[in-house]
Amino acid sequence: MGSLKRYILKRLLEGFVTLMGLTLITFFLARVAPSDPAALWVGLHARPEQVEQARKELGLDKPLYVQYLIYLRDLFRGNWGISYRTRRPVIEDVLTYLPATVELALAGLVIAIIIGVPLGVIAATKKDKMVDHACRLIGITTLSAPSFWLALLLQILFARMLGILPLQGRLSPDISEMYPIKHITGLYLIDSLLTGNFIAFQDALLHIILPAFALASYSLGFSIRMIRATMIEVLREKYIVAAEAFGIPKNKIRFKYALKNAIIPTLTILGIVFAWNLTGAYLVEMVFNWPGLGTYTWRAILAVDYPVIVATTTMAGIIMIITNLIIDLAQAYIDPRVRP
Amino acid sequence: MSMDMPLLIVENLKTHFYTYDGIVQALDGVTFELYKGETFGLIGETGCGKTATALSIMRLLPENGTIAEGRVLFKGENLLEKDEEEMRKIRGKEISMIFQEPSAYLNPVFTVREQIIDVIMAHQNLEREEAEEKAIEALKLVALPDPERILGSYPHELSGGMQQRVMIAMALSTNPDLLIADEPTSYLDVTVQAQILEHLKNVKRKRNLSLLLITHNMGIVAEMCDRVGVMYAGNIVEIGNVRQIIKKPCHPYTMGLLAALPRPETRRKKLYSIKGSIPDLINPPSGCRFHPRCPYAMEICRRRKPQTVEVEPGRYVACHAVERGVVT
Amino acid sequence: MKEGVNAMERKRFREIRIILHVLRENRLTMISLIILISIILMGVFAPLIAPYPDAYKGIPNVEEKYKPPSFKHLFGTDYLGRDILSRIMYGARYSLLAAIVIVALSVAIGWPLGVIAGYRGGLIDDIIMRITDLFLVFPALVLALIIAFILGPNLVNSMIAISVTWWPWYTRLARAEATSLREREFVEAAKAAGLSDAQIVFRHVFPNTMVPIIIQATMDLGTAILVAAGLSFLGLGAQPPTPEWGLMINEGRSVIFSAWWCALFPGIFIFITAMAFNLLGDGLREALDPKLRRIRRLG
Repeated sequence: MGSLKRYILKRLLEGFVTLMGLTLITFFLARVAPSDPAALWVGLHARPEQVEQARKELGLDKPLYVQYLIYLRDLFRGNWGISYRTRRPVIEDVLTYLPATVELALAGLVIAIIIGVPLGVIAATKKDKMVDHACRLIGITTLSAPSFWLALLLQILFARMLGILPLQGRLSPDISEMYPIKHITGLYLIDSLLTGNFIAFQDALLHIILPAFALASYSLGFSIRMIRATMIEVLREKYIVAAEAFGIPKNKIRFKYALKNAIIPTLTILGIVFAWNLTGAYLVEMVFNWPGLGTYTWRAILAVDYPVIVATTTMAGIIMIITNLIIDLAQAYIDPRVRP
Repeated sequence: MSMDMPLLIVENLKTHFYTYDGIVQALDGVTFELYKGETFGLIGETGCGKTATALSIMRLLPENGTIAEGRVLFKGENLLEKDEEEMRKIRGKEISMIFQEPSAYLNPVFTVREQIIDVIMAHQNLEREEAEEKAIEALKLVALPDPERILGSYPHELSGGMQQRVMIAMALSTNPDLLIADEPTSYLDVTVQAQILEHLKNVKRKRNLSLLLITHNMGIVAEMCDRVGVMYAGNIVEIGNVRQIIKKPCHPYTMGLLAALPRPETRRKKLYSIKGSIPDLINPPSGCRFHPRCPYAMEICRRRKPQTVEVEPGRYVACHAVERGVVT
Repeated sequence: MKEGVNAMERKRFREIRIILHVLRENRLTMISLIILISIILMGVFAPLIAPYPDAYKGIPNVEEKYKPPSFKHLFGTDYLGRDILSRIMYGARYSLLAAIVIVALSVAIGWPLGVIAGYRGGLIDDIIMRITDLFLVFPALVLALIIAFILGPNLVNSMIAISVTWWPWYTRLARAEATSLREREFVEAAKAAGLSDAQIVFRHVFPNTMVPIIIQATMDLGTAILVAAGLSFLGLGAQPPTPEWGLMINEGRSVIFSAWWCALFPGIFIFITAMAFNLLGDGLREALDPKLRRIRRLG
């Protein structure tokens, strides 16, 4: 078990180094933007001296590398700066908006798993038959729809025309007033369940359905395609031939022998899916007025809100690194050859 | 069923593979018999169809392979007429097969225990403990030390030789009548090769097994086999008793094979090799497939495929030149 | 040995024959190819076939504003009274161009880097892979947004921005191929024949990494269209009055419930084009990918 700890440590260290590189790039990228944050901070009608004053206050007059070091120091202290736009501590903003995006990304992931994985496996086991072609067609269809357009379409269809699902937001205003959800994780679905708040749970569920499907569409198609390919490759492996030669029943071969070997690449695929959902959510967030990190980041980019840009990018980077680590550990658990 | 009837009769087996380049006529009428209790060798260069023969018998051809013609009689029944479930019951129970590269043919994410028990339970309705006992028995059959530890290991934790012994154990755990061994030692070190062959001899004796041994190595044939069939480009060109064939080969190809073996007695300066190369099986040579490389080739060799003729009791050869006594 | 080298070249022609064979056989792939060609032609000949050839400009025609689909305007009109069908025809140019440029750029950067990293190994490999990993951890769409914003929002800049996030995938792919090729005999043979490293890389390693790259590139074309349209939808890509499909969806967003045709039809075309690219890529992949080959040669 000591080697496992060392492995985790080593990966965390690598992740840390990568993260440093990430913050560096973002930091300097943000400063290349053609805007003057000091001017933005004080507003449009400020006098030049006020802008200068703001620049000093924000520390923007110091040389770049000094700014970076100050930033790093603050980062480690938990001080992620104040948003130039909202004037609130970035950490507060991030922690407010992050759960919404995570919830959406997770919902999209769940859809991809529940629908995408079985379809991919079925397509592979019935390769070249009608079922296979049907699954692949479904996959390519969902893969080709632009998420923001699909979001609009779903809105028209289910919210306006059929009226069975809510138009936007995470909760209906009256529900959130009368049955407020206690904040534990920030994920409404989980928090409402944990506190037995079933009315709010139902409302939150209804609200998340449309955006989750709009977001999940691409991941669904991607998953079907990749998992089918993975399964086909595994089914061609020599140990499958050997299993057949030993007379092991076909179903057992597929669902025990082949599947376990296919899970490892599948996990990697799902990790990528989750990462895409997380970072690509803002298109869907915009359409559904979902109060998530995506919209927040986008507004920050337009406003050249340095602290926010760097902070959210760093946060996204951290999530990616942790996700990769979890996948690697799961891989080591399943595949004995990988274990350190 | 009389004692004299062969356990396995392969009759005029023709197997094709469909590829983008055309149809590969891998087996062109393979015919041989294997008797109970004997070790029959199938020898030939890589690509001559040895593995295709084994896969055809087991009906384990890949998606693009098909058996076009022929019969495979096992214990008097034609395997080619059986449906999938019947074949499944035969595979691993009455006919078992072991393969070349044990590390690739064992599933890396399951323990040896899981894999052996699955094989045993695929053919018998046993409790898990009983199956595990049988598994240990099988491992002891191939003299694997510390069977408990091996059962708990993953394939990649074992050496090549041990992996192959595990495969043999798996194959024999159900007490089959026939074991097909497709180049079981090709991927192993020479020293380990000898061990594995010893083990094979042992288990064959203990379980009264019949063995179809596929190899490209004449030395192994000499060591292990009673009778041998020489394959070239999808045909069996010569069948006979191993001692006799080695002492006095009849078919030109067999002669070439034996002559190519470097031996200390013959002090030749250059190593002999059969001129030419293996033919393209999509467009095979007309008539006898060996004629482009054969030193005794005649006009008829190009026009007509030779019949298999019994030149001596138990010795079969397919060659026009031999028929006409042209070969010395 | 020379035979081995020539054999590799012969193999390449065989690949092309296989592609043509499969394309002819697979009906869906054929259909998608036809659709793609139609869209390309539509874009190329837009000025000639569009019912309202001036629709790509920003000239307002207030009376015709937000007219629903009719015989006069098959797909209706937008907020400036411009014919949406004509704008969609012009729009084909931008979306197709964006997809091709993005993929081409990403391949142009990523492929050589990957081949070099995989073939040379050692320090160069490490450096290149570190940089690649860094870019991969970076949330792609955020990076694209930032760069697009820095360069200034327009279509060309958004294409560059997206390419910057995309090349690492090709580097990884090329590197994996190059690394396995490095060990193969024909490389040893070429070295023994006295070819320099550069020659080996150009004549042998590069061409043999081509197949997986082409497969991936064709599949990525479909996604590239979506990403490019996404950036335009956010306002960081094509700018008005450009009739780019993503931008048109954005323009139609505010009136989505009243003038639904403004956003619906451009989206349909994005969908069809992406689907055609994806089907084509899929068909190509089935034909070329050695792992997915329907029919295989047995040794």
